[in-house]
Order: sequence, then C-alpha cells, then structure tokens
Amino acid sequence: MKTLVFLEHHDGAIQKGSLGVLAKAVALGGDVAGVLAGAGVRELADEAGRHGAASVWVADDERLAAPLPQPRVDVLAKLVRDEVFDAVLFAQSVLAADVAAGLAARLDAGLNWDLVDLSADGVGTRPALSDSVYLDVGWSESPRLAVFRSGTFDPAPTGGAAEVKEAAVELEDFSLLAEMVEQAHAEQQGPSIEEADVIVAGGRGLGEPEAFSLAEGLADALGGAVGATRAVVDAGWYPYSAQVGQTGKTVSPKLYVALGISGAIQHKVGMQSSNVIVSINKDPNAPIFEFSDLGVVGDLHAIVPKLTELVRARRS
Amino acid sequence: MKIAVCVKAVPDAASGRRIDPATKRLDRSGELAISEWDTYAIEEALVLREAGGDGEVVVVSLGPERAVDALRKALAMGADRAVLVSDPAFEGADLLGTATALAGALERESADLVLFGQQSADGGGACLWAAVADRLRRPIVSQVSELSVDAGSLTGKRQTEFGYDTLRLPLPAVVAVADSINTPRYPSLKGIMGAKKKPQETLGASDVGGPDRARTTVIALNPPPSRGEARRIEDDGSAAEQIVEFLAERRML
Repeated sequence: MKTLVFLEHHDGAIQKGSLGVLAKAVALGGDVAGVLAGAGVRELADEAGRHGAASVWVADDERLAAPLPQPRVDVLAKLVRDEVFDAVLFAQSVLAADVAAGLAARLDAGLNWDLVDLSADGVGTRPALSDSVYLDVGWSESPRLAVFRSGTFDPAPTGGAAEVKEAAVELEDFSLLAEMVEQAHAEQQGPSIEEADVIVAGGRGLGEPEAFSLAEGLADALGGAVGATRAVVDAGWYPYSAQVGQTGKTVSPKLYVALGISGAIQHKVGMQSSNVIVSINKDPNAPIFEFSDLGVVGDLHAIVPKLTELVRARRS
Repeated sequence: MKIAVCVKAVPDAASGRRIDPATKRLDRSGELAISEWDTYAIEEALVLREAGGDGEVVVVSLGPERAVDALRKALAMGADRAVLVSDPAFEGADLLGTATALAGALERESADLVLFGQQSADGGGACLWAAVADRLRRPIVSQVSELSVDAGSLTGKRQTEFGYDTLRLPLPAVVAVADSINTPRYPSLKGIMGAKKKPQETLGASDVGGPDRARTTVIALNPPPSRGEARRIEDDGSAAEQIVEFLAERRML
C-alpha cells in the first residue's frame, strides 16, 4: 500500500496535526510518503523524515507561497496520478479540507472526513450527528482520501531520514486566480489550541472578559493553551482563533479544563474527544458534567487561583 | 450581478436527526428545513444584491422533492428563484455525487458568485464547495467572515487557525461564508406570502449529468464509546486540592 500524507506547515514548521496523521500512516504500514507544498519548504523534509516518512515529495515554488488550496490540488493530483498512491491522508484544517475536497473532485476519488480512526483494512471511524453515533465508513475504490479530525493522533518522532523527491508544479490557470492580499497576522498569544496537550477553556461563567486571566494563568501553569466558547468569542471577550466547537476548532488534547462552560452541544462536539475533561461550573445542572471525567460544582473564581498555585508548586 | 446560493434541506433540528439503521443514511422522512448554516449565505447574497441595486439571487439545492417546502424559506427571506435537483439516482450521493449535481445545476445558471454556508447541519461535511469549485474551474475562498464585491472582483476575509487572511478573487468565484459574517433575517409576512408565487424549477439527473457511482460507503453504525466512570464533587473548600490529586493520579502534572 502506498500512502501520501499532506504535510501542512506554518511559519517554518510542519503542523502537529499533520505529523500525527503521518504517525498513523506509518503505524498502518506500507510505503508512506509525505508531500510538502510551499515556498522555501525543502528543509522541512528532514522534520518529516524524523517523524516516520520514508520519502517526502517537495513542491517548492513561489506560486505556492500563500496557503491557498487550489494550486496544492494541482500538485497533489499530478503526484497521486503519476505515483499511483492508494490513499491520501489529511489532518483537518481550513486549508486541508479545501485541498482534500478539490482533490476528490479532480481525481474522481472518494473522500471520508472527520475521521477519528482508520484500520489497516481501510475502514474509517466517523462520529456523526453531534457524535451521538459512530459510523464505520469505507471506500469502494482507490485512491482513498481521508481527512482526520484535528488532534486525533500524536506525532511519533522515530528519528529516521526521508528521501527527498521533487514534485512537479504544473498549475491550472484557475488555480492562480485567488490572490493573497494579506496573510494572517497571529492574533493569539501562547500556543495554539490545536497544538496543545492541555487546554483551559473559558465560557460565560467567567463573568467578564478580564476573568480570562484566570484561564490564562492556569493554562500557563499546566503548559497549555487557552480556549473559548462561541458565546464569549461572539461577545468579543476572546479571539476567534481560540474558539472550540462546531463553528470553531475541534480539539482532542490530553486534558481539557472547562471553566464556566455550560456544555452546549455546539461546544461539546469540539472537545468531547479530549482524553480527560475536568469542568468547574457553579450550576449543578450544567450539561458539561454529563461528559466530564471530573465535574466540580463550585465557584471558579475561588477555585482556579488556588488550583493554579498548587499546580505551579507541583510542577516546579 | 447574479448570485447562486447552494443550500441543503436537512431534517428539522427540533424533530431530531437520526440515521436509519436499514439504509445507513440520514432519515429524511420527517420535516425538512434549510440548514441553519446556509441562511448566512442567503443573507449575504441578499445584502450584496441590495447593495448593488439590482441582480438576482437563485437558491440551488440537491434533495428529495419534498425539499421544495424548505427552499420556500429562502424565497421568503428574499431570494428570487429556486432550483432543486431531485432524482432517485442521487439518493445516498456521496461528496462527489453531490458536487456533480450542484456543479451541473450551477453550470446552467452561470452566476457571477456562488455562495455556500459554513458546513452542513446534518452530514457535518465542510468542504463541498471546494469540490464544486474544482468542477466549475473557478477560484474558491472558504470561511469568509467579511465579503465585499466591486468591479468584477471580490475581497474576502478568511478565518483560519492562525488568524485572518485577506484574499482577492476575480468573478466568477465560489465563496463559503462563516456564520460570523452576518445575522440572517427572518422572513417577513409579506415575504412568506410572496414566496409561493416565485419560480421554482426541478431538475433531474439528465439535466445536470448524473452520478455514476458512490465511492464511499457507510458500513456500520455503532454507539459512541463510553467515557468511563465520571467523578463529581461539590466544592467544600478543598476542590483545588482534589483536582490536583485527580490530575496527579492520571499523570497529568
């Protein structure tokens, strides 16, 4: 089996989600290659090699500098056709979803998305209808395209070296029509929620925007990132880049601490696959308690400062 | 300017959504409503038409014949016309089948701008637009939270994991909007009354180029994994200590 993993990169580093999918591909076995598309991305191939890729196809071209989907579809389509890959795997992101769907259309290939697992015999697991049911999904032919829910797999640094190969860059005219006028200026401080092993998220129950400092303090003590609910992002308390839920990011960190979050379904689908969920809420009937490993009914404003102090003492 | 808005009629959230264990497809036998995410795209189309002074807004959908009732809501909001692709051949269509149907219908319309909502409310997919754009060979931008159109091009602000990108695309183009872009209007009474008289067209597989075969399958339905035993405490002043103990037990510190 030949598998190709789309290696998304930002600010000179391959995204953790992509490296996680790469680890999964390696675990499934067969011939695993990565593909890097961008400008000045050749040196990232080493990182992919250290994370298990036997080979890395590099498409290094100024026209691929902006993180736009359509030129990447062109590169991947040619590569999949020429090299006859059986599977192409992606880690969910705004960019990856558009590349995957464009590639499906171009190759007339089947795409399954939002997967949380994939077996060696080609059966994917997809939670559906707000994760109330888990579907076994498959493909009736190759190539099989799959997008995995973000944070599903951990990277596995194996220390190998990848053979670097040149991928052809032949772009369609319509792929060059979208023009990046201004690329994202990082508005977040600290680690991003998709990369973090620990997320401390805040909701309305914080009471006021200033109280996000409680979440930030605890996140800092735990070495994690700060997340937010849609309600507080809409209210302007915290930037969208931190939003967890149906209209934000889907995350699955090792630890998710929910502060003053009721646990509305729109938030739940974005975080319920976290390994361990700890929630603090003063409302004993908050739905969040139904899917928390540890639910604390109490005043977060009293508990969190003390908790932060204890965690700091413990970790120092 | 002519704007086409792709919408999906989904089982009404209020009456519950389920997957039929027999067909392994979404049960669409109950009442259908326009996916809530699509109302943002409809609203944006109406705002753009109003700003431009003239133009046409056409809603385009793939679904069962009964979906016309749901499409009427788009017409009641202010869209001018509805096109429904409905054919048994498309039952259980996967991403490619759906993209084929919509692209076929959109080819007939040759709109300047094709709008999508941010995701489907039932299938959870959030990428259909990119497949449609590829079929139409048009530029695409998704997750757009601000959109302006002038003189043959559009400028869109795209929300990504890293912040906001600003992109410029020449028309015709495909845009998927985020739900932060606007607040969809409610249909007025006049709009609801007028909707019944607005043109609605139904297309079959032969009109749009039918799907050949589904390339993805649903094999089985399983219950979600259980989370294991949950612990619940009331804060008696020692909650912070108890949380630390809990985290230490799980080697989280």
